[in-house]
Amino acid sequence: MSQLLLEIFSEEIPARMQQGAARDLERMASDRLKAAGLSWDALTTYAGPRRLTLVIDGLPAATPDRNEELKGPKTSAPAQALEGFLRKTGLTQDQLVERDGVWFAEISSKGRATTEVVAESVDDIIRHFPWPKSMRWGTGTLRWVRPIKRILALFDGAVIPFEVDGIQSGDVTEGHRFMGAGQPFAVKDFADYRTKLERNFVLLDAADRKLRILEGAKAVCAAKGLALVDDDGLLDEVSGLAEWPTPILGDMDPQFLALPPEVVQLSMKVHQKYFAVREPGKEGLAPHFVVVANVEATDGGAALAAGNAKVLSARLSDAEFFWTEDQKVGFDAWNAKLKDVTFHAKLGTLAERVDRIAALAREIAPLVGADPAQAEQAARLSKADLASGMVGEFPELQGIMGGYYARLAGQPDAVADAIRDHYKPQGPGDTVPTSPVTVAVAMAEKLDTLVGFFAIDEKPTGSKDPYALRRAALGVIRLVLENGVRVELSNIVIHAGRRLMAQQLAGRADKLEAFLEPLRKSGDLADDGLLQQLSSVSQKTAGVLVVDTVEKTPPQEWERRRSLDFGLFVMDRLTVLLRDKGQRHDLVAAVFALGDDDLVRIVRRVEALAAFLATDDGANLLAGYKRAAQLLKAEEKKGPLPAGAVATGLPNQPAEETALAFAAAAAASAVDAALEAEDFAAAMTALARLRAPVDAFFTAVMVNSDVAEERENRLKLLGQVRGVMNRVADFGQIAG
Amino acid sequence: MSTVAAAEPLSFQDLILTLHHYWSEQGCAILQPYDIEVGAGTLHPATVLRALGKKPWKAAYVQPSRRPGDGRYGENPNRLQHYYQYQVILKPNPDNLQELYLNSLRAIGIDPSLHDIRFVEDDWENPTVGAWGLGWEVWCDGMEVTQFTYFQGVGGIEVDVVSGELTYGLERLAMYVQGVDNVYDLKFNKEGLTYGEVFLENERQQSEANFHGYDVAALKRRFEDMEREAAHFLTMKGPQGQPLVLAAYDQVLKASHLFNLMDARGAIAVAERQSYIGRIRDLCKACALAQVEHERATA
Repeated sequence: MSQLLLEIFSEEIPARMQQGAARDLERMASDRLKAAGLSWDALTTYAGPRRLTLVIDGLPAATPDRNEELKGPKTSAPAQALEGFLRKTGLTQDQLVERDGVWFAEISSKGRATTEVVAESVDDIIRHFPWPKSMRWGTGTLRWVRPIKRILALFDGAVIPFEVDGIQSGDVTEGHRFMGAGQPFAVKDFADYRTKLERNFVLLDAADRKLRILEGAKAVCAAKGLALVDDDGLLDEVSGLAEWPTPILGDMDPQFLALPPEVVQLSMKVHQKYFAVREPGKEGLAPHFVVVANVEATDGGAALAAGNAKVLSARLSDAEFFWTEDQKVGFDAWNAKLKDVTFHAKLGTLAERVDRIAALAREIAPLVGADPAQAEQAARLSKADLASGMVGEFPELQGIMGGYYARLAGQPDAVADAIRDHYKPQGPGDTVPTSPVTVAVAMAEKLDTLVGFFAIDEKPTGSKDPYALRRAALGVIRLVLENGVRVELSNIVIHAGRRLMAQQLAGRADKLEAFLEPLRKSGDLADDGLLQQLSSVSQKTAGVLVVDTVEKTPPQEWERRRSLDFGLFVMDRLTVLLRDKGQRHDLVAAVFALGDDDLVRIVRRVEALAAFLATDDGANLLAGYKRAAQLLKAEEKKGPLPAGAVATGLPNQPAEETALAFAAAAAASAVDAALEAEDFAAAMTALARLRAPVDAFFTAVMVNSDVAEERENRLKLLGQVRGVMNRVADFGQIAG
Repeated sequence: MSTVAAAEPLSFQDLILTLHHYWSEQGCAILQPYDIEVGAGTLHPATVLRALGKKPWKAAYVQPSRRPGDGRYGENPNRLQHYYQYQVILKPNPDNLQELYLNSLRAIGIDPSLHDIRFVEDDWENPTVGAWGLGWEVWCDGMEVTQFTYFQGVGGIEVDVVSGELTYGLERLAMYVQGVDNVYDLKFNKEGLTYGEVFLENERQQSEANFHGYDVAALKRRFEDMEREAAHFLTMKGPQGQPLVLAAYDQVLKASHLFNLMDARGAIAVAERQSYIGRIRDLCKACALAQVEHERATA
């Protein structure tokens, strides 16, 4: 059993692609070697700034011999079938064996040398490697992420000779670009390779590089009584930028601490890939940074730290420039600019979006205990910072800058906080705002997105969700649930849809008006002319929708229908959310089928239902329900079910039938009262009392009696039982 | 404080002369700046047009970059509306281009054993000329000093042979080498002349003209004139039957600069922006296509 060592050495590989490349190399190598019939003990890949490495231990010297028998067509089959089989196997007819009227091909092949398989595989891997972006170089035809300089390929200590587009394999690699020996060197095997690389200042394993960075960064901070601000994303990135990562502490001009810490930290991270530093036990940042260099400079890093500090100063001066210039501009001017920024071609400008969000926030405010005027005000200011210099430079600071600028402009904290946090929650791991004004604006912002894109039919499909609507829906759900907001979402959504339509109509009416204006002035436009009428009608339509009738007119049937699509989408997200918390998806469907759109109520109902079904009564009652539903369904196929009250006290009526009739009637009123009070546990208890009578009924009573009246009454009774239960949830949707 | 260990840091003009000498030794034709305003050294026809086709080409030159929107009236120590780029193009790219580049840094006094030289992913794209490539920003102690690109396409056409392109930001590099914080304090030569003495007044006047002076309606008219002119030249033939790509491309460059001026005046609405860029790109593509087709036809 032998070792394979492969290294593809290239110019600098983008840091963000290295981890994926290591995985792709592992997958591609495994697939190809397995397909050749090889197996091994251990396979590992490494990726770094200039190299991809693969090492496989315990690989045999050759692939196994193969003996297999392939079944072919019947001897009686048409000639074409036999010809096809011969083509496939590459044999002639006299080489086939006939058994029981069927042709068989016996194929045996000698194993191939592993080195041969590897050489072919490497060529294939290089030519088909799925880099996110690849390039050609010079006059060659190969594509790789950056030019390939060498290929090292050793099997059992010997070079596997091959070439890929003129690049000859060998046993040679290189160390660190500046600190290494300066000469390529040969290696014998993986252990030798790893050791020699390290001696030439290359840490092969990304995990080792990360460790060196983290320990080094903490050490240089601790030496000055400081602490590192952890940033895992940055750590991942810088570990792909240096083969010999060497953290160095640099000084930052303390004047920049007057900037918001988010600005300083982001500027350092995005532009310079520096870690921020803080003083233990203190708020904010310390006037230092940690740069991860790729060299241990001969002067201990003094020149390097000074150089980096200078660059940082220039960067932060830029940020400071935006910070002071932005404060001279202010919200009115930014909002005016939003009129020229398209949100989406079919959904108008950002200014129009802000108008819609403001109206929505105002409508939602009372439901979340927020002051409507404040909610509207915060919404009106919420997108202004998109036109600011700072957010233009650092889009990640959207909201955050708006919050700072609003506070400086004297807005109340509730408004400034809402501006800062209204994008939240941005993902499943993000926190959900709780301040009422923020909740109103955050919900409005996401609902406007959802309603808009649903209105123009840009719904997510499969893995495609370009407008992040799933995230927006999940955001709305979490805002509602975690704040216990009681809201009929469909109403809000219908109102939002009306406002959007009104806005679009008004926009078109204005355009028409602008077109008619010169005609009117010239006197060419008759007062009662067609164009004039069109103009006044479109103005009126827009007007009708704009006035507060938007919220006063009850939802129309067609609006309910259209909003159902949206409701189902939200339910889907809710189902995913609850499933992640261990809740069954069929229970959500069973509750949603009732047509409720109050998420808080739905979740409470699902929870009560889950608890009920976990009891013996619940499970048995569900079985009883299914039996009843099955009978009724079969009956419904024949014609309408008998309607009317269930009779009791009939001659020869079994006691079990009477008992169930009383129990069903009692359950109906108890369930109604419990639902009215939203006491779902009580509703479940009321249903639980049906379990014994239902079981007894099915044991003792034959529904399909020969006596027509008896049969009819029993069907009515089962219909009533099903009806009572369906008021709590659509048990038909529950699995089990 | 000097951050470089060289005995006496190079002056701005010595930096240029050193690079000229270095790249001349590498076999490059040392060209002079192109005489039309451009936003980047890449746009010089010696790069954009020569990157097309199969003919080998090696050149280096200084090119002033005009970025009207970047003017700061001479008040920002790092930003200028007129500055210099040092441009090298090697076609096809030599295998050791990174080494050649690092040696050029050594030549101007940047010692990689004292400084942190890094190749950081930065895929270059210039949408106005439909050009793109893969490569890096080269960092020296965290400062971007060079754009290093392997051209993959120009004028919307995938290149036949890959060129390696190096764009050094001369002022930045000089500031680094001289250890100066303000561009206007750079030593221009060894006689005590500063960069500010040469260019500060230019920044002040041009910033005002760029932001408040130009007549937008006139810029727009001229843009359209240049656009027409470029299209017109592409319909003409030269004495050997060649398309007048060079003349047409000059008009594209002029149109591109006019667009930048309109932009600096804040006269380009967001919605219009893409359309203007698209118009320039289309013309540039037409130039590239005419050139490639002509080269193929005459090969």
